[in-house]
Amino acid sequence: MADCNETLRELYLFLDGQLTDEDRVHIQQHLDDCSPCLEAYDFEAELRIVVKSRCFEEVPEALRARIAKALEREQQPG
Amino acid sequence: MADQATFAEQAMPLMSSLYSGALRMTRNPADADDLVQETYLRAYRGFGGFQEGTNLKAWMYRILTNTYINSYRAKQRRPDETEDLYLYRRLGGLEAARSGRSAEDELMDTFSEAEVKTAIEELPENFRMAVLLADVEGFSYKEIAEILDIPIGTVMSRLHRGRKALQKALYDYAVTHGLAERPEDGTPPQPVSSAPGTDR
Repeated sequence: MADCNETLRELYLFLDGQLTDEDRVHIQQHLDDCSPCLEAYDFEAELRIVVKSRCFEEVPEALRARIAKALEREQQPG
Repeated sequence: MADQATFAEQAMPLMSSLYSGALRMTRNPADADDLVQETYLRAYRGFGGFQEGTNLKAWMYRILTNTYINSYRAKQRRPDETEDLYLYRRLGGLEAARSGRSAEDELMDTFSEAEVKTAIEELPENFRMAVLLADVEGFSYKEIAEILDIPIGTVMSRLHRGRKALQKALYDYAVTHGLAERPEDGTPPQPVSSAPGTDR
């Protein structure tokens, strides 16, 4: 099982899904047992959800139409 | 080899993702419109080179990124170094103060859409791209390395530094909302628990 230092060091790799299965299990086991580390993990995971959802953009209809038209022009021979 | 006739069907649903990325890169709706259109045209023309079964979004992001770098790239800046878990060390107790609320709800209330977008847009470009591709678009390190044409180690270091810089920028917003304290001498917030020898 990982200790607190290792867990915090690997936290972003863990969140990014970039650890090996073995390392992931070690970090997961530590998080299950250590509430301060779990709290840090939750904070980081939820911050990421907030950042992602705040960055969502609707494509303006005009742009969508403009690109569809440009692609149609490309398809015409000559 | 991919068939051009199926391009629109496959690529059009990706537009809001690419458009969000283009806006964060160019920081300007008019440039973002042009960048997305240019990306779609280039992708259409080069669609024969796309390997069916691989990730079309990553392939198109690579075109978007290259087009942006070649046409719109801004000057590079380097941010100050900050510590890991910068924001958590400062705002981590926030949700405990009001019982029954998650950190996510609390952070949603703390940072407006405009603040999060500005915080990302003001990151130095190399860091901004890495953070955008990982945290907003959810690409793997390997995919980001391919999109940006840099080694995975470089992806990791840009992400590491970019995320810290993002957290620092968000913290500054929390300070302006009165949720965190500004140091009395008026200097920008400094890490509370600096490791020995990191004092400037």
